[in-house]
Amino acid sequence: MITKSSVHIKKEWDIVGARQMGRELAKDLGFGTVDQARITTAISELARNIYLYAGSGQIMFEIVEDLNKKGLKIIAVDKGPGIQDVSKVMEDGFSTSGGLGAGLPGVKRLMDYFDIDSAPDKGTVITTIKWVR
Amino acid sequence: MEPYKLDFENYRKLLMKYIESEDESTLYQAEQFTRTSMQQHISPEEIINVHIQILKEIYPDMPHEIDASMKFLLETMISYGLAYQEFQSLREKQVELESEIAVAASMQQTLLSTTIPKVQGLEIGAVSVPAHRMNGDYIHFVTGGESSNIGIAIADVIGKGIPAALAMSMIKYSLDSFPDAMCSPSETLESLNRVVERNVDSSMFITMLYGLYNREISTLYFSSAGHEPGFYYSAARKEFVEIQAKGLVLGVSPQVKYEEYELKLSDGDMVVLLTDGVTECRLGDNFIETDEVLKVIEKYMHLPAQEAVDSVYRHFERLQEFQLRDDFTLIFLKK
Repeated sequence: MITKSSVHIKKEWDIVGARQMGRELAKDLGFGTVDQARITTAISELARNIYLYAGSGQIMFEIVEDLNKKGLKIIAVDKGPGIQDVSKVMEDGFSTSGGLGAGLPGVKRLMDYFDIDSAPDKGTVITTIKWVR
Repeated sequence: MEPYKLDFENYRKLLMKYIESEDESTLYQAEQFTRTSMQQHISPEEIINVHIQILKEIYPDMPHEIDASMKFLLETMISYGLAYQEFQSLREKQVELESEIAVAASMQQTLLSTTIPKVQGLEIGAVSVPAHRMNGDYIHFVTGGESSNIGIAIADVIGKGIPAALAMSMIKYSLDSFPDAMCSPSETLESLNRVVERNVDSSMFITMLYGLYNREISTLYFSSAGHEPGFYYSAARKEFVEIQAKGLVLGVSPQVKYEEYELKLSDGDMVVLLTDGVTECRLGDNFIETDEVLKVIEKYMHLPAQEAVDSVYRHFERLQEFQLRDDFTLIFLKK
């Protein structure tokens, strides 16, 4: 089994590619239907953020193991403008009020682990993990 | 965080029962089931997932197309589930804020409380009710030892809610800190104006009327900082006259002089002080006319002063369908 793979995000169509790869990996790892759908929604959100705000970037997948559990790690990387105020974008109702979808708080809810590393002009790295239940 | 597991068995039981009977009582039970699930923060996609699993159990030969369509449905529900979770968390936040405001409001009530003086020769009634939780109107009475004077302050911060209430607390402490609260109305307003000008954002305006009533000579001395004009009722002429008093609102300019006016009261006369929450009572989209306000006041003014202001307040409260648009403050001074 391949443990690492990635999808470049440049066009809107690439979002579908990232979803596809994520869903297949999730299925292989043994995630249930609901979790597959959640993981895919999170990937969509991350990929769309790259497409909309950074122009281009990457969604990387990694199968991770910890003691007796397995999980899917998804890392979204871009060299875009970065996030000015991370606390602000993590506030409920901030990004979603304009009808932009789940927003980053949504991604955090969909996944088990969530971390952002971003600074203005330095790009953004978002790391998330979902464990197989 | 391990989420609460949906009651799979119960859902199966209800679903099978309904497929068999299609009766209303099972649908009612389904409603109860949803309610419990919502209390446990179960997302819609989880219910659909359980639904699919049970369908497959009952109908092992379910056409593939149906299965695919159910998966499709599940996928579309994910975002609704997220929106629901966000709603839950925002609601929790709101409850927190509400309770903070409730504490602030009760603190404000304690801080700004004033006792309506009971003195010979002047009967005072006063009511001040906030439109929201916190009051941006302010009334204060000062009675000093052996002095026969009574100080009366009525103020209104333009704006409502918490910012207005914060500004009012400042006014109260400034008033308290003046060495002699019994000094003349013009001097009192001039000192207050300096405090407000220094401490309050220039976008916030405070209007105020400060009066000093001398019981020995039955005369009210007063100055106004752009405050809503009150009314003087003359018992002899049986009519209301608007109390004209010029003066700039507090905090606009550092050096302002306030003119002082005087009004001699005879027996049966009455002074009405108010804020724009009274005169700008709205009926639908229309403000009520001053004449109507005076008519209402006239209707109740024969009552003891406190009862009278309370009655006028209740009248307007009802008129506005118990939803005050602005903080409402009314004072009667009856000779």
